[in-house]
Amino acid sequence: MIRVRLADDALAIACGADAVAAAFAAAGCLVERCSSWGLHWLEPLAEIDGHGFGPLTPADVSAVLAGRSDRGIGPIATHPFLARQQRLTFARAGRTRPLSLDDYAATDGWAGLRRARALPPEQVIAEVAGSGLRGRGGAGFPAGVKWRTVAEAGGQSGTGRKYIVCNADEGDSGTFADRMLMEGDPFALLEGMAIAGHAVGAGHGYVYVRSEYPHAIARLRAAVALAAPIIAPFGVEVRVGAGAYVCGEETALLNSLEGRRGEVRAKPPLPALHGLFGRPTVVNNVLTLAAVPHILREGGAAAYHGLGTGRSRGTMPIQLAGNVRYGGLYETAFGITLNALIHDIGGGTASGRPVKAVQVGGPLGAYIHPDRFDLPFDYEAYAAADALIGHGGVVVFDDTADMARLARVAMQFCAIESCGKCTPCRIGSTRGVELIDRLRAPAPADAVAALPQMRNAPKGGRRRADDLALLEELCETMRFGSLCALGGFTPYPVLSALRQWPEDFA
Amino acid sequence: MTDPDRLRAIIAAHRDAEGPLLPILHDVQAAFGCIDAAAQAAIAAALNLSRAEVHGVVSFYHDFSQTPDHRPLVQLCRAEACQARGAEALAAVAQVAAGERVRVAAVYCLGLCSVGPNARIGDRLHARLDEDGLTRLIAAL
Ligand SMILES: Cc1cc2nc3c(=O)[nH]c(=O)nc-3n(C[C@H](O)[C@H](O)[C@H](O)COP(=O)(O)O)c2cc1C
Ligand code: SF4
Ligand code: FES
Repeated sequence: MIRVRLADDALAIACGADAVAAAFAAAGCLVERCSSWGLHWLEPLAEIDGHGFGPLTPADVSAVLAGRSDRGIGPIATHPFLARQQRLTFARAGRTRPLSLDDYAATDGWAGLRRARALPPEQVIAEVAGSGLRGRGGAGFPAGVKWRTVAEAGGQSGTGRKYIVCNADEGDSGTFADRMLMEGDPFALLEGMAIAGHAVGAGHGYVYVRSEYPHAIARLRAAVALAAPIIAPFGVEVRVGAGAYVCGEETALLNSLEGRRGEVRAKPPLPALHGLFGRPTVVNNVLTLAAVPHILREGGAAAYHGLGTGRSRGTMPIQLAGNVRYGGLYETAFGITLNALIHDIGGGTASGRPVKAVQVGGPLGAYIHPDRFDLPFDYEAYAAADALIGHGGVVVFDDTADMARLARVAMQFCAIESCGKCTPCRIGSTRGVELIDRLRAPAPADAVAALPQMRNAPKGGRRRADDLALLEELCETMRFGSLCALGGFTPYPVLSALRQWPEDFA
Repeated sequence: MTDPDRLRAIIAAHRDAEGPLLPILHDVQAAFGCIDAAAQAAIAAALNLSRAEVHGVVSFYHDFSQTPDHRPLVQLCRAEACQARGAEALAAVAQVAAGERVRVAAVYCLGLCSVGPNARIGDRLHARLDEDGLTRLIAAL
């Protein structure tokens, strides 16, 4: 019997994988559903004897089985898109059945947890710190430092409840690595959380998943049920967000878990000391925690540290999205340039038109002009260029993109998602939308502004230069006056668009 | 209308959990299509919260509503990566196809950003939408 492997993650299914699987089954094949390779432009992608065929529709199935399909891509594992990657966090992608404990154990699963539990907690923290692992949720904070703070919280006795909270809110447009990991390799996340629990002395963990990810929620719940005896006494519970982007911010997330409005808390106190229900809490992104099992294996920390550049060690699961020809998951050591990512690997735009801009790091990330595509993927290099890596999403736009409209989208998104706690973000974002609207379509002089008592209003109406200066000033206020990065970083996409494509604002 | 027995059962299923409010609100929203004032009052009483606290939480989150809308719902992704693949043009098409019969709402990213434009209908996701595909999906609701 012919064995056919097809992914069953949300993306493959949305592209029609279930119907293709049914067609293979109807043709008498044994269909096996596994995790996604991350070759998204080829989904639904079928694998037969290591050879790939895609993208397929049910109508293609008979030709594939008869050996006369033109959809063959040759051996998958050595496909150029995969062969150049360094997959550590996604080592199992495409290779295992997500909920198979056998597959997981056969691919070094639980080896990190076993080894960690045989080590004193300080040693586990030292290895995580030594690996150079930094938070993959956006801020790039060293994971080992955070864990040590939580481990040492609450006195030497280490008594009292502590929590491990996995941030699976993945709200950034252009990102899907958390989703792929939760749907494709959920045990790896649970193993990472259990290791964190051992390291800091926490007995309970929560995964806070956004409600936009129904497949991931179901997959994680099933995985928790299967793995419970293995990770015990550590316990994990899956909680679901409620459609608020700001709940990805760690303190808003904790409020949400506690059953409150997802408003950002002022720091200090740090969540590490005063987190969920006031207890010391590790909040880490999915990818941060999922990198841990590899690091805790024999020699893993050194291997991880051996990759990357500068202070950005290890690998980053980069997500190629938007108008890109070969979109998908590209995990590689830090240091790769946008030129390599977008042109060599991504094949340029899907539309075939020239690349106009790239947004890295989600809706709060800067738009980057092709002139700067030699920027190496590195936290510090991006920060120095007024950009951010964030969660590693790379969204490509072709030359039809209107950068002024995209700047407006950024302000509008901030207005919609603002938690409302501070004024620059709550009100500034709405004023920003209005300002950009005025720049794009100059309105007649405002009747109220013309009144004699409006002494501060510019005489003779507002000129374009005034509006531009006001927008810059507003962005300045948001950047330095906001409590969290939603209000604080929205100026990045806005100003980067304004400065590099001023003609679009005319 | 909120069925009090069902509401009580939902509250009972979660009330011993840590931070039970969001799980309760999700279940109530799913069961009744909204979380109305009566439900908010009952939840507040059961969890020893003020009605204002519960109302504050319900009104904060995009997933919760206080009045029911039983029309079928299409959530079209309007975030940047889908916009880069032409989602904005689809929004107008969706509105025309939907009319008053179907509710069209925006969602900001479904995690399928390499194969957009994308939409969610219930727990089903749809990728690589074009005008025809989206119109057909909406017509079939
Ligand atoms: C508005 C906003 C949204 C955020 N969204 C996410 C998110 O979806 N996922 C995430 O892991 N971190 C997100 N973060 C970052 C978290 O606040 C926090 O830094 C992170 O969860 C820490 O984990 P890490 O150190 O493993 O990255 C967000 C931050 C802000 C300000
Ligand atoms: S910047 Fe915006 S989202 Fe962040 S705390 Fe202030 S109002 Fe809330
Ligand atoms: S931007 Fe539409 S699915 Fe991510």
